[in-house]
Amino acid sequence: MAGFLQQIVVGLGAGAIYASLALALVLIYRFTGIVNFAQGELAMFSAYVAWQFMAVGVPFWLALVLALAVSFVGGMLIERVIIRPVEGAPELTVVIVTVGLFIFVNAAAGWIWSFLIKDFPNPFPSGAIEAGGLTVGFSTLGVFVVVGVVMGLLYLLFQHTKIGLGMRAVSANPDSARLVGIRVGWTLALGWGLAATVGAVSGVLVAPLLFLEPNMMGGVLIYAFAAATLGGFDSPIGAVVGGLIVGVAETLAGAYVSAVGPDLKVGVPLVIILGVLLLRPQGLFGRAVVERA
Amino acid sequence: MNESPVSTGESTATVSSGSAAGAVPRARAGVARWRWAVAGLLLLAAVYAPFQLVPFHVFQLTMVLVYALALLGLNLLVGHAGQISLGHGAFFAVGAYATAIPLARWDVPHLVTLPIAAGVAFLLGLALGLPAMRLRGLYLALVTLAIAIFLVPLLKRFEEVTGGSMGLTLPKPAPPAWTGLAEDQWLYFLALAVALVAFGLAAGLLRSRVGRALHAIRDNEAAAEVMGVRLSYYKTLAFAWSALFAGAAGCVYTWVIGFVSPDSFVVTLSITLLAGIVVGGLGSQAGPLFGALFVMFVPSISQDVNKAAPGVIFGLLIIAVMYVAPTGLAGLAGRAADSLKKTLRKG
Repeated sequence: MAGFLQQIVVGLGAGAIYASLALALVLIYRFTGIVNFAQGELAMFSAYVAWQFMAVGVPFWLALVLALAVSFVGGMLIERVIIRPVEGAPELTVVIVTVGLFIFVNAAAGWIWSFLIKDFPNPFPSGAIEAGGLTVGFSTLGVFVVVGVVMGLLYLLFQHTKIGLGMRAVSANPDSARLVGIRVGWTLALGWGLAATVGAVSGVLVAPLLFLEPNMMGGVLIYAFAAATLGGFDSPIGAVVGGLIVGVAETLAGAYVSAVGPDLKVGVPLVIILGVLLLRPQGLFGRAVVERA
Repeated sequence: MNESPVSTGESTATVSSGSAAGAVPRARAGVARWRWAVAGLLLLAAVYAPFQLVPFHVFQLTMVLVYALALLGLNLLVGHAGQISLGHGAFFAVGAYATAIPLARWDVPHLVTLPIAAGVAFLLGLALGLPAMRLRGLYLALVTLAIAIFLVPLLKRFEEVTGGSMGLTLPKPAPPAWTGLAEDQWLYFLALAVALVAFGLAAGLLRSRVGRALHAIRDNEAAAEVMGVRLSYYKTLAFAWSALFAGAAGCVYTWVIGFVSPDSFVVTLSITLLAGIVVGGLGSQAGPLFGALFVMFVPSISQDVNKAAPGVIFGLLIIAVMYVAPTGLAGLAGRAADSLKKTLRKG
């Protein structure tokens, strides 16, 4: 039993990371109706930016803040420069453009920092808490705390600030929002900036666990997609719940289902995505949308 | 929320390729004759080339044909039916393994493996298409991506059949003595023959009722459905046909390389294929060929600059193509040819 609970703790730790990337995906989807296939690569790039600051001697937490700031500006720039021209274009076009962005960012990171893996310092102490036969590493706890703080900050931003109100208005109805004087274009850019920042947090959380290299987020992205699909692509709460469920499901399947095992765990997101789409396409917390042609 | 992806904005990706098919039938006949002439010249050059080039270049051209086959399938799906697949490398891999396993286990003749590979890929496409094609574009992209990622560990798992990470080494088809051809030339002509048949099949398919249904779906799903096009039937069919061509490409790939391993079919292959068809020209007949040349030669040329250079070029070009030239290189070539003809006619 203790072993089982231990696996759940491990799964929740992984799930918190998926949740943070899924949160970034959901933020962009809510504002622009775009699923950003490059989200994982942007997170990886942000982790490299943090690494670069540390490499020139900036202490970890300051490097993190700087990297988050760079990511925020970068996300806004990407929206204004790359995404703006295809806004409102068919889904196919938009997906292809974000896939292009994916390839470009991945290669650009390889060009700048080479494809050799880099050690990324773990900001959390290496010890663990032991309670009732369970071992919870400080790094797992740290991930929980960070993801929780990010969630809390987003909640405050959306529910208790004027900017957040404007952002909700834009996501509910861009045309009406424009009529009441909200600058829709800037709000969309702000959404991308926020998403890039949240993604950067997940990149920095992943980097110490997986080692920093350009293809680092490739594996995480598909779990984040499963999380967002499960929770509902337009629900931030859903992204977090979905992320945790995906993390636990993946860990349990890898540990206890011998036909799956650690090597075939990556099939879990596929099964989850297919299952959700067939049974409840809007996800657990999502709104069903009526489509008009 | 973006509730109506169909009616808003300029339909960048779905510009129909029919701009050349003008209003007057006579002009159309002229265009057709002109097209046949170009195709004939190309074919002559294709037959002549292997006798003039060194074996390595013949091999490169063979690989261009392999990629063109795979892109032909992807073009059917993305360019003509407007459905996105981020996992076509998976069907390519399935075709490759459906060729390699019978070759390795039962030593079947090479030509028998082609229908096997194409058939297995077709059936798999059908099976996956049934659930997947009920999904809207974005989810289809997700599911196909997940499939492509899942396939690699799956191939490694069933080691006794697939050879695991070590892969399978296979005999290449030997040139019959009466041809007097070297191995590389024979492989080239096999690939050329398969590619010609496939291009013919695809062209026939697109000219038929199926092709018109697919174009209708691409341009406006709701309108197509109202006109009586059964959406899920045609989308699933497009998916399966598209998988068939990718599977055939995987088969010829295995003939040519004589080796398969899971790490040749990582998700990068799927993304490269998508990049290839976007740059080559979505929905155009020459698109797969241009895309294949691009996929084959851009990496080998630009890799000297930096290992990451092909990715940077691919990424930037995809975005640029979506902005300025949605019909890709093929569309640009067509436009260039049109303006050349106009100048000639004036002069």
